[in-house]
Amino acid sequence: MHSIRRHLVWLVVAVIGAFALGTVALARGESINALWVVVAALCTYLIAYRYYSLFIADTVLGLDGKRKTPAHRHNDGLDYVPTDKNVLFGHHFAAIAGAGPLVGPVLAAQMGYLPGLLWILAGVVFAGAVQDFIVLFISTRRDGRSLGDLIKQEMGVVPGMIALFGTFMIMIIILAVLALIVVKALAESPWGTFTVAATIPVAVFMGVYLRYIRPGRIGEVSVIGFVLLMLAIFGGQAVSQSATWAPMFTFDGKALTWMLVGYGFIAASLPVWLLLAPRDYLSTFLKIGTIIALAIGILFVAPTLQMPAITQFAQGNGPVWSGNLFPFLFITIACGAVSGFHALISSGTTPKMLDNERHARFIGYGGMLAESFVAVMALVAAACIDPGVYFAMNSPAALVGTTPEAVAQTISGWGFSITPDVLVQTAKDVGETTILGRVGGAPTLAVGMAHILHQVVGGQAMMAFWYHFAILFEALFILTAVDAGTRAGRFMLQDLLGSFVPAMKRTDSMAANLIATFLCVAAWGYFLYQGVVDPLGGINTLWPLFGISNQMLAAVALLLGTVVLFRMKRDRYAWVTMAPAAWLLLCTLTAGWQKIFSPDPKVGFLSHAAKYADGIAQNVLIAPAKTPEAMSRIVFNDRLDAALCALFMFVVLSVLVYSIRSVLAARASGHPTVRETPFEPMPVSVAS
Amino acid sequence: MKTVTGLPQAGRYLARSLAQSLRLMVGLPDYDVYLSHMARTHPGLAPMSYEAFFQERLEARYGGGKGRCC
Repeated sequence: MHSIRRHLVWLVVAVIGAFALGTVALARGESINALWVVVAALCTYLIAYRYYSLFIADTVLGLDGKRKTPAHRHNDGLDYVPTDKNVLFGHHFAAIAGAGPLVGPVLAAQMGYLPGLLWILAGVVFAGAVQDFIVLFISTRRDGRSLGDLIKQEMGVVPGMIALFGTFMIMIIILAVLALIVVKALAESPWGTFTVAATIPVAVFMGVYLRYIRPGRIGEVSVIGFVLLMLAIFGGQAVSQSATWAPMFTFDGKALTWMLVGYGFIAASLPVWLLLAPRDYLSTFLKIGTIIALAIGILFVAPTLQMPAITQFAQGNGPVWSGNLFPFLFITIACGAVSGFHALISSGTTPKMLDNERHARFIGYGGMLAESFVAVMALVAAACIDPGVYFAMNSPAALVGTTPEAVAQTISGWGFSITPDVLVQTAKDVGETTILGRVGGAPTLAVGMAHILHQVVGGQAMMAFWYHFAILFEALFILTAVDAGTRAGRFMLQDLLGSFVPAMKRTDSMAANLIATFLCVAAWGYFLYQGVVDPLGGINTLWPLFGISNQMLAAVALLLGTVVLFRMKRDRYAWVTMAPAAWLLLCTLTAGWQKIFSPDPKVGFLSHAAKYADGIAQNVLIAPAKTPEAMSRIVFNDRLDAALCALFMFVVLSVLVYSIRSVLAARASGHPTVRETPFEPMPVSVAS
Repeated sequence: MKTVTGLPQAGRYLARSLAQSLRLMVGLPDYDVYLSHMARTHPGLAPMSYEAFFQERLEARYGGGKGRCC
């Protein structure tokens, strides 16, 4: 009786969730309220957490609360500190949530909100949260080692090296695609450009303040920085309305690209306390604050979803990105459903601070559920704006035209009726000259957030403020990621090159550092420039590459989990990681294959290259290329992207082969072959 | 774990956890915890001052070239 009553409340949650999900899925023709989506998501998370994560914790992994964690074993008060689980949850969540869960769902909304929502929910429950949880567990049982080390230890040195190299290439693509989002948001926008540029002197001031004036007073300097940022937004408005100042902050995409590349090089070479650290404080706190504000806004405003549940683009051929629902939806929404990059965080600082092994469930599985909710909110924000506005912002000019009249006509022809006046008025509302062709997801999200938040604070007059606040918030942590990522890439590259040229390994050598930084910036800068001049908007090329590589890293992490489960002799539960790993391998390898070999030039790199190569051979110019040189550049870039895609496929396939070998060896052995740090009991004072 | 009794104490615990969370989000662990760790395990050694502790953690977080999530 007692045990039934214990499950009764969860049964109620399940019924409410099922009802909400049914309402969302079966609504046809009429618009539904966003709260149905929120309720469906929250109930799914609660049930998954209560039952599936408990099953993984107790039965699959056998978490042991009496086992000493690295935080207790190596307690030094610095890196290894037993930490309250709620406090550590905040740390972990802040480390995993970035631009990814905000952008992917916005791009996926072109198929309607339903396919994206279902994938976010199913993906996080069975793949994403499982990956984060299991990697955190594996790393905690091995003194908090990193993913690369864990793969080396459990599978061998060669797959470890391959995975590290793959991680480096993924980093380059991520930096390029993030920088592209900033470029697309700031192009021809003096308000946005001024505001984002102003964050540099603000951060430098904070850095000097923290080092020399009031050392270490993070709270107080963050408040000062926040006030200055808000002033920068209003300053940007004044700049955009001034006839003398506005042109000085108006740049096209190419100019912004060069500035960003220069910025990346300088920022990654400066001492960390001057620019990187203080801006990281601002971007972290702003990120957490904005996510909470958006959640409150959605609950308070309860917006109606304007986007249909499913659009005709679910059949493929969408304007935002090309390709069919399978496999491309599953790589377009990476973060929020499942993200390989989290494996690096779950094997980074978090396992060194776990007070008790059993907390891994709340922090690993629960943390990823929280990020998934951020993705759901981004999807809601994108789906609650007028679909005509959504497609006008996200369709490349080559497809829909460049004037409001042409764009409105094309998009109305697709069945999303919109007038040129609405497009012009929306731009005016958010304080911009145009919203056309603002691809990349961030500006769309900003319009959606402004649409929600201005109904809570400020009314119509504050719409432009909220739009630029959202742009600032995204640009701020993207710039932090560009800066930190360039540094991380530099260290990886120095490590890698150091194997051939020992002098490159010396991180105390100015020349070696500058060369490695330059190579790193040049690598992502190349892909960024290619994306900016891409006639189809760049996102169409770079986002799938990012999605494929990120999901492949997730597959690698889940394969590691599978190997560990077999080595623990828990063969009968290995499906917990094998099933999501198989699904991700299927999606990413199919997507990779199609990106290389699809005969549709909008999808396949090689057929696109062939189209332009034929043009060169026959001396015909193919729009939008204006010169034969531009055409050969397109051909070269297409082939480069195809090669990169093939490289990613090689990385994941070779890790798969090594995993199978390790699993077979583990099965052949009669006893567990897992290599954990030997068991030590928790000290009596903390065992509870 | 601490036992929480009464509202004021619960409030204090919450405020302290929130402040710790926000600091740890930017890579700064609790200084008091560090001090008590040093007093307990290395009574002979002088612990770092708060400023030195802050600098040390800042270099550890950003100097090693750790990546950020997408």
